[in-house]
Amino acid sequence: MLGNLSEKLQNILRQLRGKGRLSEKDVDVAMREIRLALLEADVNFRVVKDFIASVRERSVGEEVLKSLTPGQQVVKIVHQELTGLLGEKQSRLSLSSSLPAIMLVGLQGSGKTTTAVKLANYLRRQGRRPLLAAADTYRPGAVEQLRVLSESAGLTCYDQPGARPVEICTGACRLAEREGYDPVIFDTAGRLHLDQEMMAELQEIKGSLNPEEVLLVIDAMTGQDAVNTSVEFNRQIGLTGVILTKLDGDARGGAALSVRAVTGCPLKFVGVGEKVDALEPFYPERMASRILGMGDMLTLIEKAGAELDLEKARQLEQKLRRSQFTFDDFREQLEQLRRMGPLQDLVDMLPGAGLPKGMKQLPVDEGQLGRVEAIISSMTRVERRDPSIINSSRRRRIAAGSGTKIQDVNRLLQQFSQMQRMFKQIGGMGKRPQFKRLKKGKRGKGFPFR
Amino acid sequence: MNLLQRFKTGLTKSRQEFTRRLGQLFTPGEITPEFFEQLEEALILGDVGAVTASELVEALQDRARQERLKEKEAVKGLLVSQITELLETPVLNLETEPLVILLVGVNGSGKTTTAAKLAWIYRQQEKKVLLVAGDTFRAAAIDQLQIWAERAGADIIKQQPGSDPAAVFFDALNAARARRAQVVIGDTAGRLHTRANLMQELEKIQRVVNRSLEGQPHLVWLVVDATTGQNGLAQARLFNQSVPVDGLVVTKLDGTARGGIVVAIQKALGIPVCYLGIGEGIDDLAPFRAGEFARALLE
Repeated sequence: MLGNLSEKLQNILRQLRGKGRLSEKDVDVAMREIRLALLEADVNFRVVKDFIASVRERSVGEEVLKSLTPGQQVVKIVHQELTGLLGEKQSRLSLSSSLPAIMLVGLQGSGKTTTAVKLANYLRRQGRRPLLAAADTYRPGAVEQLRVLSESAGLTCYDQPGARPVEICTGACRLAEREGYDPVIFDTAGRLHLDQEMMAELQEIKGSLNPEEVLLVIDAMTGQDAVNTSVEFNRQIGLTGVILTKLDGDARGGAALSVRAVTGCPLKFVGVGEKVDALEPFYPERMASRILGMGDMLTLIEKAGAELDLEKARQLEQKLRRSQFTFDDFREQLEQLRRMGPLQDLVDMLPGAGLPKGMKQLPVDEGQLGRVEAIISSMTRVERRDPSIINSSRRRRIAAGSGTKIQDVNRLLQQFSQMQRMFKQIGGMGKRPQFKRLKKGKRGKGFPFR
Repeated sequence: MNLLQRFKTGLTKSRQEFTRRLGQLFTPGEITPEFFEQLEEALILGDVGAVTASELVEALQDRARQERLKEKEAVKGLLVSQITELLETPVLNLETEPLVILLVGVNGSGKTTTAAKLAWIYRQQEKKVLLVAGDTFRAAAIDQLQIWAERAGADIIKQQPGSDPAAVFFDALNAARARRAQVVIGDTAGRLHTRANLMQELEKIQRVVNRSLEGQPHLVWLVVDATTGQNGLAQARLFNQSVPVDGLVVTKLDGTARGGIVVAIQKALGIPVCYLGIGEGIDDLAPFRAGEFARALLE
């Protein structure tokens, strides 16, 4: 696999440190690496070619800022240009007409049905009342899938057995008008951009209902073909935006850049998981970092900000200082951590440079966390407040109750008492320990239960 | 109809434009310095990957020089035969009864549809086929397979949505023995290879299947979408780590994507391709032929 690009570039260009300006030769060396990084990230070959040409032109003769090495300077330029290409700012949905509709289109298996429900859920959280229209009448079980997903999310889904997709969408719009749903989201069948008959069907839906947004749903793992798909969908139907799905894996998502470059359509959302709330607005800068393999600190910081309850954090800090940290508090901490999403995602967002080699490949064991939670939940309230009373018979009970081994319970108790001791020391100093450690640029020992 | 013909029939304007652009490259004549670059470009555009493409073309240049090839056609033919050779690893065939095939892959790659198509192929051979609805996670995946099973004329073993897939497989293999099924095709939920917990779930399925078969081997096939780019290699690598993968099924080859990532997978991991998905119909699954695939890649 290709390593961290910025790190690699810095190695190559280390010998150039101290130069005032980037020479043509310096830039050429860097461009070869960047070309490879972009191709490995699945950016389309021709898009890469154009991109490299424009970055090269901009970089040659550029003054190297004092604070940066030439390598960093090139990366910075590339990052800026990439961000620019991906669309300077975040692009919002346009839903202003009296009855707005959103049509989702794409290839088979790109994730339209899941995305439709996620999008409806997102809009509901914004105070709207969305209606889903099950217009995929081709794939066996597709209507059922949308119905089940909508129901479990508490959303309304419209379908009309035996009807044609355009009739279903029309029916949904009528229902929306009558009962005040807004907007209507059309989940259409997956189709190949080559399939004239199927593309004509989309043209018909678009022509007769005039949806305000026509969004192409595209898999983040898509390779070079993203260009053909998006150009054809755009040419034949006319797109207003793009949603990139399955970005929770390790795909770099270069397709985002290809699609944006050849269609000019803005990316609006990214799908980041299987759950109904795993849809996020698209941020060009973060995507640029990801394509370049530079980590995504911004998302991580924002996630932490949104999910950690400040009031609770303050309470916790007080408890820590008074060394009253109990298993109840600990469990709450675990829950907060979990609300930030799968741990693996959090690890992936850390930039590679700061982490020891191999760290990125370390599978973060969600099950381990679950076991810790199970152990704590198997304790009585009294035990959670005062673990010192947990004797061997209680240990056996807790292990049986949580489905773990006594050794696991022992390990947790031991680590917990270490933690308490540590907090006691820190509490005496009256400072906030985590921040101090971060500033020193060292990562803590990490999560204690591995 | 062979694969190449299928590729060629029913293609619309855009496909023709696409192939025409690449086709210009291969107008007859003597090779030029740019010719090898163009070949490399064609390979990269087919998702073979930049590194693999440049390795292939470098080897090609050496051999072309050795053999003093001058004509474009001859050089291209040499590249096709090199890729063919690379892709021609024999597919592992089992003579066991029941023959058990487990389909695994990332979300949306086409596992359920492929399961149905495979069932159809074995039904054409008059075999008794049992489908296993092992995707208990995705809403309506069981219904989808049920509909396909009826179309293919295969039995299906299923449980409630949300139940433990390993338990479904345990039941299914017992049923297969009782009903004397000759072929068992297992659908599984789509999972991203980076999800450690979901990969462990897959390992558990594999353990249950192994135990239930009492040492008799079975097959695991990874279903890869032809539009997949370089991430396909990471997919193959991690799936192969969890449950050794015996073969690949490449789906959605009826579009403009070439599925070149399997060349990189084959080169890195030596996993052969078994079948190609070339349409939405139940009979749209073709046995893999390396030569045709290599030619189509450079078409």
